[in-house]
Amino acid sequence: MSKSLFIGFCLLVLILVAASIIVPLQSLPALIESDPDLAWTVISELRLPRALLALVYGAVLGASGAAIQALFANPLASPDITGATGGAALGAVVMAYLIGFASPFGIAIGGMAGAGIALGLLLMLAGPRAETATLLLAGIAISAITGAGTALALALAPSPFAFYDAYDWLMGSLVDRSLAQLAFAAIPALAAILYLAKCAPALDRLALGEDVAESMGYKIGPMRRNIIAATAIGVGASVSVCGAIGFIGLVGPVLARRLSGGHPGRAILPAALIGAILLLSADIAVRFAPPDRSLPIGVLTAILGAPFFLSLVARMRWSARP
Amino acid sequence: MTVRLTAHALQIANRLKPCDLTFEAGIVTMLVGPNGAGKTSLLHALAALPGSGGTVIADGDDIRTLSPVQRIRHLAFLGASRDVRWPLSARDFIALGVPGHPKPGLIDQVLQSLEAEVLADRHLNQLSTGERSRVMIARALVSQSAALLLDEPIANLDPKWQLAILARLRAEADNGAAVILSIHDLDLARHHGDRVILIDKGQIIADGAPSETLSEPMIAKIFGVTRHADRWIRV
Repeated sequence: MSKSLFIGFCLLVLILVAASIIVPLQSLPALIESDPDLAWTVISELRLPRALLALVYGAVLGASGAAIQALFANPLASPDITGATGGAALGAVVMAYLIGFASPFGIAIGGMAGAGIALGLLLMLAGPRAETATLLLAGIAISAITGAGTALALALAPSPFAFYDAYDWLMGSLVDRSLAQLAFAAIPALAAILYLAKCAPALDRLALGEDVAESMGYKIGPMRRNIIAATAIGVGASVSVCGAIGFIGLVGPVLARRLSGGHPGRAILPAALIGAILLLSADIAVRFAPPDRSLPIGVLTAILGAPFFLSLVARMRWSARP
Repeated sequence: MTVRLTAHALQIANRLKPCDLTFEAGIVTMLVGPNGAGKTSLLHALAALPGSGGTVIADGDDIRTLSPVQRIRHLAFLGASRDVRWPLSARDFIALGVPGHPKPGLIDQVLQSLEAEVLADRHLNQLSTGERSRVMIARALVSQSAALLLDEPIANLDPKWQLAILARLRAEADNGAAVILSIHDLDLARHHGDRVILIDKGQIIADGAPSETLSEPMIAKIFGVTRHADRWIRV
């Protein structure tokens, strides 16, 4: 990705963050006039955490999607397709409803552990360089297990309202999150993105073959474990706060590679930017749902992302690879 | 003679028995041996890949302690696989052969020397195995390393390209590189190598000039074939 395009995308992210704070426009000017203190509270404690959550969650999905696609040498390996987001959801639900450790910290730890276990399981099932079919099958199996596990955990939860309670979160939501929750998502996400960006040169060299990359002095074995851990930590923490949001981690990296010469590693930071842009845009779009109806953001990203995923699969079927 | 690589107690469990080797500048070394003899293992151990033991010293430094930028000055490695891991263009693929960016014009120069300019902007997954081999060899050459470790660089190539690649590797040796390659064609090994290392069952059986190492009795013993008129027949 050229420097000017990169700067352009950074500016677009800033514009979207600003838009996310002021949209919908109708309510804000009146509020500022009538009760400036309340307006400031709405902006700083509701709108700003929501905008920043979309920014960091989108970015970590994009970056970790690009990194695990490079790692598995497969453009379909995203956090949701591999079952990592499902694993994080299961981990968070078990922590909050079964173990009863429902503080943001406890849920975040549950999310990270769940995502890590799901990715570790995928690596064991599909191997470090998975064929598309194997990867998808392993991902489907893990997603089925985590989906069923999450439903079971909620059914067995002591609270009879667990299902209703968790519904909004499970569908993915950035609404009404506190600054503390923002911190629990943002700090692991930023740490993960920084580590993954640092792996870019090695992940590019991995395209030459694992043995060649290792002969050049890149330590692929430890890096593989660390990338799995960074993805689990970054995505797991965000899922624990905002629920599972699909397809951003798949679409972001594919678009980023189109703009960065197709290199798997070099696409990590652009993928983070595009992931942030996609999730910020989706979160602004859901505010235009019909009055008295709320459109879960995870549903919107799935509606838009699933056809994209299908087109990728079709293209892989008809040509060699995208 | 300038020594490019010195290896002590090189080994891989169950695949390569401990050995000491030295490789000098200007010498083309051929690794020969039957399938599964340990040629690839020896190259992996020389490239200090994970799982191998022993020390590989280049210019006084232990290869394992060097950063990618330092290591590439000493050695470039070509693995046996010609699989496409990621569908990059040939030019982008070759550029990844060095940490950072290659010198301007170097990729074109290397491709030209392999008569592969036409492949530069094509994607790897659109190339034949032989064309891919040439691009992958170009990737190993672009680093201009002091030692080249190449696992069957001329497998998959037709006779014309086999000779062209061997001539190109000879030019690298003449420029001061130590060239080490595994090869199956015993005639090409004999005629294009300065030194032949014969390996069998993970052990170095003979190491020296091609005429000594590839003697008729040795070939019959290790490979189970013998020369009859102008072709090989089974013993």
